[in-house]
Amino acid sequence: MIPAAFEYHRPSDIASALATLREFGDEARVVAGGHSLIPMMKLRMASIGHLIDLQDIADLKGIRIDGNTVRIGAMVTQQELIDDAALTRAAPLLRETALQIADPQVRAVGTIGGNVANGDPGNDMPAVMQCLDATFTLTGPSGTRDVKARDFYEAAYVTARADEEILTAVSFTVSGGGHAYEKQKRKIGDYATAAAAVMLQKDGTACSAASIAMTNLSDVPVWSKAAADALVGTACNPADIGSAVAAALADISPTADNRGPVEFKRHVAGVIIRRAIERAWSRA
Amino acid sequence: MKKMQLTLTVNGEAHELLAEPRELLIHVLREKLNLTGPHIGCETSHCGACTVDMNGRSVKSCTVFAAQANGAAITTIEGLGSPGALHPLQEAFREHHGLQCGFCTPGMITRAHRLLQENPNPSEEDIRFGMAGNLCRCTGYQNIVKAILAAAAEMNAVKEAAE
Amino acid sequence: MNELAPISREDRVEKLKGLGHSRKRVEDVRFTQGKGNYVDDLKLPSMLYGDFVRSPYAHARVTSIDKSAALALPGVVAVLTAEDLAPLNLHWMPTLAGDKQMVLADGKVLFQGQEVAFVVANDRYVAADAVDLVVVEYEELPVVTDPFKALEPDAPVLREDLAGQTSGAHGERRHHNHIFLWEVGDKQATEEVIASAEVVAEEMVYYHRTHPCPLETCGCVASMDAVNGKLTIHGTFQAPHVVRTVASLLSGIEEHKIRVISPDIGGGFGNKVGVYPGYVCAIVASIVTGKPVKWIEDRMENLTATAFARDYWMKGRIAATKDGRITALSCHVTADHGAFDACADPTKFPAGFFSIVTGSYDIPVAYVGVDGVYTNKAPGGVAYRCSFRVTEAAYLIERMIEVLAIELGMDAAEVRAKNFIRKDQFPYQSALGWEYDSGDYHTAWNKALKAVGYEDLRREQAERVEAFKRGETRKLIGIGLTHFTEIVGAGPVKNCDILGMGMFDSCEIRIHPTGSAIARLGTISQGQGHATTFAQILASEIGLPADSITIEEGDTDTAPYGLGTYGSRSTPVAGAATAMAGRKIRAKAQMIAAYLLEVHDGDLEWDVDRFVVKGAPERFKTMAEIAYASYNQAIPGLEPGLEAVSYYDPPNMTYPFGAYVCVMEIDVDTGVADIRQFYALDDCGTRINPMIIEGQVHGGLTEAFAIAMGQEIAYDEIGNVKNATLMDFFLPTAWETPHYVTDFTETPSPHHPIGAKGVGESPNVGGVPAFSNAVHDAFRVFGLKQAHMPHDHWRIWKIAHDLGLHG
Repeated sequence: MIPAAFEYHRPSDIASALATLREFGDEARVVAGGHSLIPMMKLRMASIGHLIDLQDIADLKGIRIDGNTVRIGAMVTQQELIDDAALTRAAPLLRETALQIADPQVRAVGTIGGNVANGDPGNDMPAVMQCLDATFTLTGPSGTRDVKARDFYEAAYVTARADEEILTAVSFTVSGGGHAYEKQKRKIGDYATAAAAVMLQKDGTACSAASIAMTNLSDVPVWSKAAADALVGTACNPADIGSAVAAALADISPTADNRGPVEFKRHVAGVIIRRAIERAWSRA
Repeated sequence: MKKMQLTLTVNGEAHELLAEPRELLIHVLREKLNLTGPHIGCETSHCGACTVDMNGRSVKSCTVFAAQANGAAITTIEGLGSPGALHPLQEAFREHHGLQCGFCTPGMITRAHRLLQENPNPSEEDIRFGMAGNLCRCTGYQNIVKAILAAAAEMNAVKEAAE
Repeated sequence: MNELAPISREDRVEKLKGLGHSRKRVEDVRFTQGKGNYVDDLKLPSMLYGDFVRSPYAHARVTSIDKSAALALPGVVAVLTAEDLAPLNLHWMPTLAGDKQMVLADGKVLFQGQEVAFVVANDRYVAADAVDLVVVEYEELPVVTDPFKALEPDAPVLREDLAGQTSGAHGERRHHNHIFLWEVGDKQATEEVIASAEVVAEEMVYYHRTHPCPLETCGCVASMDAVNGKLTIHGTFQAPHVVRTVASLLSGIEEHKIRVISPDIGGGFGNKVGVYPGYVCAIVASIVTGKPVKWIEDRMENLTATAFARDYWMKGRIAATKDGRITALSCHVTADHGAFDACADPTKFPAGFFSIVTGSYDIPVAYVGVDGVYTNKAPGGVAYRCSFRVTEAAYLIERMIEVLAIELGMDAAEVRAKNFIRKDQFPYQSALGWEYDSGDYHTAWNKALKAVGYEDLRREQAERVEAFKRGETRKLIGIGLTHFTEIVGAGPVKNCDILGMGMFDSCEIRIHPTGSAIARLGTISQGQGHATTFAQILASEIGLPADSITIEEGDTDTAPYGLGTYGSRSTPVAGAATAMAGRKIRAKAQMIAAYLLEVHDGDLEWDVDRFVVKGAPERFKTMAEIAYASYNQAIPGLEPGLEAVSYYDPPNMTYPFGAYVCVMEIDVDTGVADIRQFYALDDCGTRINPMIIEGQVHGGLTEAFAIAMGQEIAYDEIGNVKNATLMDFFLPTAWETPHYVTDFTETPSPHHPIGAKGVGESPNVGGVPAFSNAVHDAFRVFGLKQAHMPHDHWRIWKIAHDLGLHG
């Protein structure tokens, strides 16, 4: 498996990265950790004339926690997410998720920006970002704009990011409460058969706020408002959870693959969502 | 295709070399620097046979372009221990029969080396999770886990004795 | 000179590190330092690289190949197609199974990934670029990936080259996609017993298509020395001598002008037995260019084109009395061999030793029929960590026992115990013609059941079912039992050969004057630790420390001819040759010692590492002293030196056996299965190195776990391979792999010089039914009889779903 030739660029700031991106248009792609892109290039399923490596851009690094606001640079690796104690205190959902992504070596180089930006429905962080109602910061030739994670994904590998833009950061507001990322996979390194991210807040005995999103159960990550609505105001009893699961299942459309047919995936999705809700509720 | 000038520090030694940007780090190490310890197993970043240490992290060198590694400090199996003074992991893998065909072993030991720096006192479960990026087709892992536990104990004992 | 201070006998034995010693492996010193020497590590001056253009289609006519753009790429040296190979008559090659196979597509392609053109360039990157530039036009043809459909009257004709041939290497062909029907046993008698039996169980059992997938793929470096006319081939060969002979027959180069070297091999598991188009093309390219040519397949090529395993549809019928005595077994197999019959089996056994299918049981009458069928899938059919088709046989009988137990309403452990061949029946003649050498199944079985607390497990399982029915849990417990009998160590030359070469093996020993030695064998280790264990056999035979004995394999210029390493044959055959050659050394040493001690040969006895004068223990000569004398002292009537060679033709196969128990927790809702406990008792006869045996068992069980629980090569209806990378082809990590408990009994083989039987493949043979039976067992109480492997999450979920367990 040998990739086709390309020109390599390693800009040291966002402006030069954007300039190169603009100069070569369709032929250029940015690379972060590269663990989605490079295998595609080696299989010659992605043809890239100009590869723009973002590793030297200091502005894309770092995790900043400012009160209730968390901002994570696009080039922060999964391992850095796992190791950041302050982040784990603020948003433990990220560590729980990152630990379920790929394997140690891949987590060492795989980044949050790459994971959310490339639009692969198998990636785990997009659903987590939707669950957290995160915002993606996109920087392009005409400046910077923010897009909600919940509005970002259009189809498999098709996102709201324009070709000449770079996703530079993700940010979200910490809400507290209980969290869970529940994922069924065939083995370490596999994408999800079904996975669900859940955040729940509790007021007394009732659920006061809920957010539920799912991975690899449609061609895009799915945030289910209906599922969340089904829980808010309830005590998350089995029947309430059942309603939420039913609502979530109404929002997905999984496809058959080597992990199994649609009927199986829908069933497992139901189980996984239920377990995620139960675990999040137990922590709320 | 145009070649670029690369600087790599490998096992403590600085190298200047020419390579196409698309050349994979594993090929540069194996073919340009003759470090044939790390191997190519799956080519899609699943098996870990090509694992090396890059800037203090375990990486799969089949999924890193040489250009991305430009300027990096890299440690391969050849940089751990020497014939007269094997690394405790190398000793432990032999002592506990943690290898058979030997093909995964360099990547396995190189990864274990980093794991023990990340976590000097791993449990069996920590090791199984921390080594899950490296496939072995021969051993069933049980003796690999045993070897890493033994090496950790040995390294900790040496460290304690020194302190 | 005798030692100054006498060493105790125990110390002398210990010093040898001979049989039974958990000697640390000598190989590991280099492997742990990254100093192994695998084929892709080899770099020769001016070496070129070969790469294949492969077919994206499973069945198509090749209408044109335009290589001009590829040839125009700087660095490209040649692009070979069938047209280029035809004048050399190398566009097709013979297979090990008596068929022939295209080296490069000759007019059509028959499976996805088939080799179409071979690009040779001065760099592997350029070669890969050139592959993209070869323009091949195809005209798609109807695809058949189902062996049953392939045998329908109007099925597409796959092998047009065989048009009009109504018989093949193994007899009559009754259809254009039929290869052979191989039959063993008494069909009529079996049918009669089944027809009148009190109880009959019948099931179709599928052992799916999978792949050995060693971590190192296949590859070679062919190097033609034009000056001396000598061809050297380094490669991933489990049978280097066979490769040399085949290369000679194909190329016309005399065999002494060909040197085949198997360097360190990164796992084989059967994948590296066959001869692949890549080897042939690299050889041709080297001859044509006069330069060394390296070919290393990538992982996708490995999984899609070289050497699949299994793909057996087995229809079993087993008859018994009401109280559980088995009275007959019948099995018909529809064997999917892919596009070419390239199975690696001894020539006279087109279905390998599948007729071991009566397993560990005393079955009075049996019949087996195997239909080989062509489909649009990759050729292969190798023995993936098993003796030839033995895993298939073990799986079938161990499933049929379970199905019979259901039919009888009996416990499956009891059905087994009731039907085991008894210890006093060995040597045992099976209904399908084998003579089992030795065994003590009841002892092994009882030990296994006791070790796992079988009765308690069954009680816990029953309680769990009750809790499940009450809605208190969604997890069931499965208890998977297996008692397997293998047949390994092919094999007696009278009926075992590969391409005419008898399946003996060999060892040549040279003792050096100062008491160390080198031994060379016809086998080749791929991780089994031959350099360690063969030295141990020899240490015990000749009394020199194993640490003073170098074992060398894999170089046909230096090693004696042998048939190689696969089918657990190294210990049974080459291990025996080693012992026999050692005994020849000892016989000569005895004569030398007699001369030195001035006694008659018969007055000496062997004692660990020396010959001692009977009744005078202070008078002795150690083997080291004898070795020195053999080179330095004129001994009347004896040639100088101390060397021996043995070519060992085994009188029989060996029959290792074992008892395995797997306990599994199954989540009915997700199909996720957790292995809670795995106990493996192996009896491989005399145990040479317990540490290595345990390692072999761990590894084989892990392969069995993978195969049973998820590993497969699946095709879609148009012949696309669905699992061509390690994302989808299941190789478990340390995280998924269960913990194993190993145990043993020791029943030596009566015909093997040291009583050893071989162990490398037992855990795969026995492991697969143990895992699979555990899945089935969990659902037995709900009415499950048979569900096909691999038992991945969705298939387990489907079992539960079909049984109505999802409400």
